[in-house]
Amino acid sequence: MRLERRESVPLALVATAPLAAVATALVLAAGLIAAAGVNPLMAYGEMLRGALGSRLAITEMLTRATPLILTGLAAAIAFRAKLWNIGAEGQFFIGALVTAWIGHSLGLPGPLGTAVLMVCAMAGGALLLAGPAYLCLRFGVDEVVTTLLLNFIVILFVGLMIEGPLRDPLAFGWPQSVPVDGAYRLPDLVARTRLHIGLLIAVAAAGMVWLILARTVFGLETRAAGFNPRAAAFAGISLPRTLMGVALLSGALAGLAGGIEVMGVTGGVTTTMSPGFGYAGIVVAMLAALHPAGVVAAAVFVATVFVGADAMARATGVPSFIADVIVALSLLCMLVALLFTTYRVRR
Amino acid sequence: MKPADPVLELSGITKHFGAMTANDDISLALAPGEILALLGENGAGKTTLMNILFGHYAADAGDVRVFGQTLPPGRPRAAIEAGVGMVHQHFTLAGNLSVLDNIMLGSEALTKARSARRAARARLIEIAETFQLPVNPEARVATLSVGERQRVEILKALYRQARILILDEPTAVLARPEAERLFETLRGMTAGGLSIIFISHKLHEVMAASDRVAVLRGGRMVAERATAETSAEELAELMVGRRVERPVRQDHAIGAPTLIAERLSVREGSETRLDEVSFTIHAGEILGIVGVSGNGQGALGEVLSGLTQPSSGSLSLNGAPAGHLGPRGLIQAGAARVPEDRHAEGAVADMSVWENAILERLRQPEFSTRGFVRQGAARAHARKLIERFDVRGASDQTRIGLLSGGNMQKLILGRSLATQPRFILANQPTRGLDEGAIAAVHAELLAARSAGAAILLISEELEEAVALSDRIQALVKGRLSRPVAAGQADARRLGLMMAGIWEDESDAA
Amino acid sequence: MSEALDLLLNTSLWAAVLRLATPLIFGVLGALLCERAGVLNLGIEGIMTMGAMAGWLAVFAGGDLWLGLAVAASAGALMGLLHAMLTVPLGLSQHVSGLGITLFASALAYYLYRLLVDVGETPPTIEPFAPLDIPVLSEIPFLGPVLFAQTGPTYLALLMVLVLAYILTRTPLGLAVRMTGENPHAVEAQGLNPIAIRIGAVVAGSALMGLGGAFLTTAAFNSFFPEMVQGRGWICIALVVFASWRPGKALIGALLFAFFDAYQLRLQTVIEGVPYQLFLMAPYVLSIVALILVSRRAQVPEALMKPYRRGER
Repeated sequence: MRLERRESVPLALVATAPLAAVATALVLAAGLIAAAGVNPLMAYGEMLRGALGSRLAITEMLTRATPLILTGLAAAIAFRAKLWNIGAEGQFFIGALVTAWIGHSLGLPGPLGTAVLMVCAMAGGALLLAGPAYLCLRFGVDEVVTTLLLNFIVILFVGLMIEGPLRDPLAFGWPQSVPVDGAYRLPDLVARTRLHIGLLIAVAAAGMVWLILARTVFGLETRAAGFNPRAAAFAGISLPRTLMGVALLSGALAGLAGGIEVMGVTGGVTTTMSPGFGYAGIVVAMLAALHPAGVVAAAVFVATVFVGADAMARATGVPSFIADVIVALSLLCMLVALLFTTYRVRR
Repeated sequence: MKPADPVLELSGITKHFGAMTANDDISLALAPGEILALLGENGAGKTTLMNILFGHYAADAGDVRVFGQTLPPGRPRAAIEAGVGMVHQHFTLAGNLSVLDNIMLGSEALTKARSARRAARARLIEIAETFQLPVNPEARVATLSVGERQRVEILKALYRQARILILDEPTAVLARPEAERLFETLRGMTAGGLSIIFISHKLHEVMAASDRVAVLRGGRMVAERATAETSAEELAELMVGRRVERPVRQDHAIGAPTLIAERLSVREGSETRLDEVSFTIHAGEILGIVGVSGNGQGALGEVLSGLTQPSSGSLSLNGAPAGHLGPRGLIQAGAARVPEDRHAEGAVADMSVWENAILERLRQPEFSTRGFVRQGAARAHARKLIERFDVRGASDQTRIGLLSGGNMQKLILGRSLATQPRFILANQPTRGLDEGAIAAVHAELLAARSAGAAILLISEELEEAVALSDRIQALVKGRLSRPVAAGQADARRLGLMMAGIWEDESDAA
Repeated sequence: MSEALDLLLNTSLWAAVLRLATPLIFGVLGALLCERAGVLNLGIEGIMTMGAMAGWLAVFAGGDLWLGLAVAASAGALMGLLHAMLTVPLGLSQHVSGLGITLFASALAYYLYRLLVDVGETPPTIEPFAPLDIPVLSEIPFLGPVLFAQTGPTYLALLMVLVLAYILTRTPLGLAVRMTGENPHAVEAQGLNPIAIRIGAVVAGSALMGLGGAFLTTAAFNSFFPEMVQGRGWICIALVVFASWRPGKALIGALLFAFFDAYQLRLQTVIEGVPYQLFLMAPYVLSIVALILVSRRAQVPEALMKPYRRGER
């Protein structure tokens, strides 16, 4: 038996790959749920009800999907250029910290201040990834390791700031940063829920990223550099410039996710504010086959699993870690599914 | 006819790759002590056949018998144990490991608690002496020359007690004298009882070195001849089938100097890849650079494509300095580049034909405004190239990786020539192409010459260099010979040049 | 300042260095073995987590401590097998598959722990490995308590350095592994199966990673809790580069890192007015600095991260 490259990749196959992957992951996870002595169908039913069963559930799920769209885009554009940015978690926290820090005492009118804070959050994330990208281009230091290690450094730094200079005196000793000024909080999208207009910003960002990748010179250069760096260089595309551009864009998207989460949901920064948004972004990007439109759909799926799993855990007693298992299994299954879109099995 | 039982028999070998039939019902036998040449063009199925014999591939049908035993398909280990040794065209060596490591690999049981290195070393030295293939067992393979690496490959087979040796295009990386020495060595080995198959597409070496010739064309065995009873002409006809008429260079007046290189050097660490190379190409002239690859062709190609900057010396294009322009600057200055390896450098296989067609000129106003790609213009341009350069089986939307080698090359050539360049670097422009595509590429290069372009042709194919070039120079060990006019370039003289033997070394003009 | 220097003369610091180095030694050896065969294993962080959970659980369920280590190694090997199947025969992206394994193995470890163990107010504990005082030697002043009063798994880790170094450089199997990481086509051409060799190396390497994780729950601590691996796996990936893919240098790298880790913990108590997070950051920052220093001249296995498919070049 061997794998043979397909002569053309049918679009229908690409579209069904994530569905097949998710289905397989759900079947595999069903075994684990059954091991907990719970009927998997019932558990999945609880999960769906928890994430989509009511207006409130849906808004909660979409609130959770918002940062995932942005970290998913961050991973998607970086992976397109084969820049392995695993540091979206750190970039998320830097974006959040910068937003709370500057947004606490920024003397600008509301909407303008919000816009400035978003730019600051993006700049923070972008600069954080620029470092590893520079080290990779200049010294050949593997960016996987540097971005991963930076995640730990950033979280410690956030801890240092919120226990020190940015400590919220009103939080009764709870380690939390000062809150962003109420004037810069993102307006609600649906009244009396946590869902805020950050969702629209994230979806707009997906549109922008699609436009950049599909229609601009930079996007075409990014794809060429990712597919075949030697041929891209031969054609006169500057690899360092392209990769640095990708790094800045990717870091900015992850930083924006952090900024929006602070302005839209949490107000201040805590070290526990991200249930792994950065890492889940990688799963989102892969499930989307690195396509910006797919990122939105994949983020909704991952958010559904996470939000639904909490409800399921309450209702059935199955540990909510099952959500992480389902998401990770989806990623692994998606990898295999993608393989079969480009290869077929012979004999 | 056959003097003894064959040591090796292939019968009815058939192999498909997707829709392509690489081998179609091929049968072949090898007699003891015989040297059999497997002759055919690129893509005729020679390498596939030998890979099946060695067990790298499993055949769809047919079987392989060695000394009367049928080999299990797809198992190199079985082939090695039956006494088959293979010297691959792309050497299968690990550069970071020693010669001895490379040779010992696989010769001991993996469960053994300790390698018997000392005994292995002694045996290797003994074999090397017996067959007169001297090597230093402790040398790191990366430090060896190409010829020495080939020696290691042959020793690997001999160390495993091969009695049948298969060599895939063994002279591709050797200069003529080295190649002649190799065939002498092989002849000596047959006297010691080995039987040999070598793959080649070079008629002269097949005629000189083999006892018998098997000719492959389009995946089929078209003829078998005793070498003594055939001629180069007959073999050429058998190999190519219907001869495609290649275009002929017409004499015409040349123009002013377009590209001038003076004492160009490229040094990397302690290695000198290009050593004070000087040449001039005039408008309407083709300068052929011959020589075995690995002698500085790579460095010269990189400098002229803008990928590498010369360490010293100067390069000027149309009177302006051009050594430090980079790829994009060179293109803007009127240079066109056809890369040596179209898959690695020429095209982004996963992108469409239109994207590849404009990749070099993406930032020019014709194809982009304010950072946005002008898709309409780009796709129209691609369609024009497809039409004008007769690229078959493609629309502007096709993934370029799906095109055949010839059609991909026509598109890459078209993308370069569409700008009416003043200078063209054509680096191995016909490598791996079939006859029809070769003729098309030659015609395009000659048309560009007539239009006044200065062309540098780097080629390993002497026949091609002589047919196209106005003047020829040889590049050996990073140094360039003096030019020879095409009319005076006979095979003997070129052979000497390529071996690094030329007069008046001191006053390189 | 003199207090900071006094710390260096403290036996407990140097004893802690070896203790803190142990999980790193297992992890870095495991990562090194995978990479020597040409496979980057970013699953390490999750595999260590899985090893920590599985090893602890086996002991908690009544098994012997050494049985716990065996279970941890098997759990690691199983996760490694998954990574190997995805990246070797299927040739999928080693980066993405590795991260996927990390996410999957950690999630599965947490899930199974919650499912099988009744976690009340405080996590349940086991009786961990006790220091193994080697007679006579452990009574040598200073050196004794540092070198000869460690727990069993620490000695096992040090032994594994020698074993792996011997296998890689002195045995036919080691040569085959190294060649597979340099040029799998050469391995195939000599009649061996590079795919099987890669799978074997990844499985064995992952078993070592599992042991590294288990050390945390059966020797360093006595319970399992989420996030306890704390990036040690990623540090091992950095240490492999630092060690130029050699077991001996890997040991030195692990010891160096552990020294900084142990020293910063003690410095925190001596130097006041500096936020403790800065001390905790130091080891991660140092890893990055070390990478910058060695990356230029690192001799990477040539076929690392290059998938091998038969008949494709």
